[in-house]
Amino acid sequence: MRSFSGLSLLLSGLCGQRNWRPQWRHPEPKPTYDALIVGGGGHGLGAAYYLASEHRLSNVAVLEKGWIGGGNTGRNTTIIRSNYLFPESAALYDHAVKLWEDLSQALNYNVMFSQRGVMMLAHTVHDVQVLKRHVHANRAAGVDNEWLTPEEAQAFCPLLNIGAIRYPVVGAALQRRGGTARHDAVAWGYARAADALGVDILENCEVTAIRRDASGAVEGVETTRGSIRAPRIGVAAAGHTSVIMRMAGVDLPLESYPLQALVSEPVKPVFPCVVMSNTIHAYISQSDKGELVIGAGTDAYTSYTQRGGLHITSHALEAICELFPVFRRMRMLRSWGGIVDLTPDRSPIIAKTPVPGLYVNCGWGTGGFKATPGSAHVFAWTIARDEPHPLNAPFTIERFRDGDLIDEAAAAAVAH
Amino acid sequence: MLLIECPYCGERPEPEFVYGGQAHIARPRRPADLGAQQWADYLYRRDNLRGVHAERWRHTHGCGRFFNALRDTTTDHFLATYKVGESPPDGGRAGR
Repeated sequence: MRSFSGLSLLLSGLCGQRNWRPQWRHPEPKPTYDALIVGGGGHGLGAAYYLASEHRLSNVAVLEKGWIGGGNTGRNTTIIRSNYLFPESAALYDHAVKLWEDLSQALNYNVMFSQRGVMMLAHTVHDVQVLKRHVHANRAAGVDNEWLTPEEAQAFCPLLNIGAIRYPVVGAALQRRGGTARHDAVAWGYARAADALGVDILENCEVTAIRRDASGAVEGVETTRGSIRAPRIGVAAAGHTSVIMRMAGVDLPLESYPLQALVSEPVKPVFPCVVMSNTIHAYISQSDKGELVIGAGTDAYTSYTQRGGLHITSHALEAICELFPVFRRMRMLRSWGGIVDLTPDRSPIIAKTPVPGLYVNCGWGTGGFKATPGSAHVFAWTIARDEPHPLNAPFTIERFRDGDLIDEAAAAAVAH
Repeated sequence: MLLIECPYCGERPEPEFVYGGQAHIARPRRPADLGAQQWADYLYRRDNLRGVHAERWRHTHGCGRFFNALRDTTTDHFLATYKVGESPPDGGRAGR
């Protein structure tokens, strides 16, 4: 792997940008690996990277049915935060934020992590109570979160309209360590670093069956590029997790819904932070390219189509136009959908399964991007050691049987 | 936006409806006899099918009645809608 530095970028500029090489190999599948990761998004590629870098397990392949980062890793709104209510969630997401802070250095790849602050707006008395509860819970858990008055919120985000709207802004919770990152760079950075450690990244390689031996343990997969044997398989397939896991006879409490997002035409820097509103449901930031990145809600029904209804995006834009009247004449450039897998309590599952050798990382629902490094890190641990890391130990499948829910769904009262 | 055919009112736009999740999940007849895993399956386990899915809808802003539908989750096309209590028009093959 050629190391990137300021000097190497300067030299590339001096020779007309003609010395670029592919950043990872495109190998043929080997017949046998020590471990397979199904799903070449950020969580899967990251898990392969940590298997190789921290657990000395480099005979690993990542199987991706399309191209890496082409699923939800390339379809989200890139928001990163850890201000979750429950201690289990806050610990897991804050583990991710800490890894984000050093990720560009660790991968020698600029993931453009920008801690510009994530501000969540309160519009009602109920919002104030809920968000203040989050602030206090987070501060008690060592996660930064602070309460702002409407005037302080407007000072932090000057375009914000706090007064003359249907739901005036009556306060806000601000996590200054939150922010955004470049989503494609996360997939590419992990792929490049994992590849350098010997991980095979197999694109256009769709898993069609999971083979189990007489004892019930996994022994490999059938793919569109042939049979591959491995004693350990980690599934990080987001919206398609139910489909993959059913191949091994495992049913999970998941439902897959379309979640839409859209970007505007690019404009000069106008928006200094991330603003979210759960009550009128919209979230917005500005990418370094200049596009406003806007997230909408999920559609009402389960689907695998990667698209949704226009009334859902319209609803989000109406909320944005209320909060930021200056954007009323902006034109939207693109919109798209991703398929997100929701658990009943809206917390993920990162766990062993009833099938020996089969591990699953799913249920991130509408907010998995922020957790990418933390999720990948503890998932690799779980696969390598056949036991959960302390941070993902509560995120089992059995919690739905045992009543140990981590009920962020009730805590947020909306998709989050 | 989906165009949904209510069996009572005819075709109406999606915002008139509320989605009710997977259809034909029977509430246990003797809840007290259920173990924890059976309760979890009843409450939380869903087929989440990639293909033809039998599901409930309610025409909330119309007649207010629940009905069932068969919809292909890979295209969002409705194959059929039918009244509560009726068998799926495909003979219950959806997802199998």
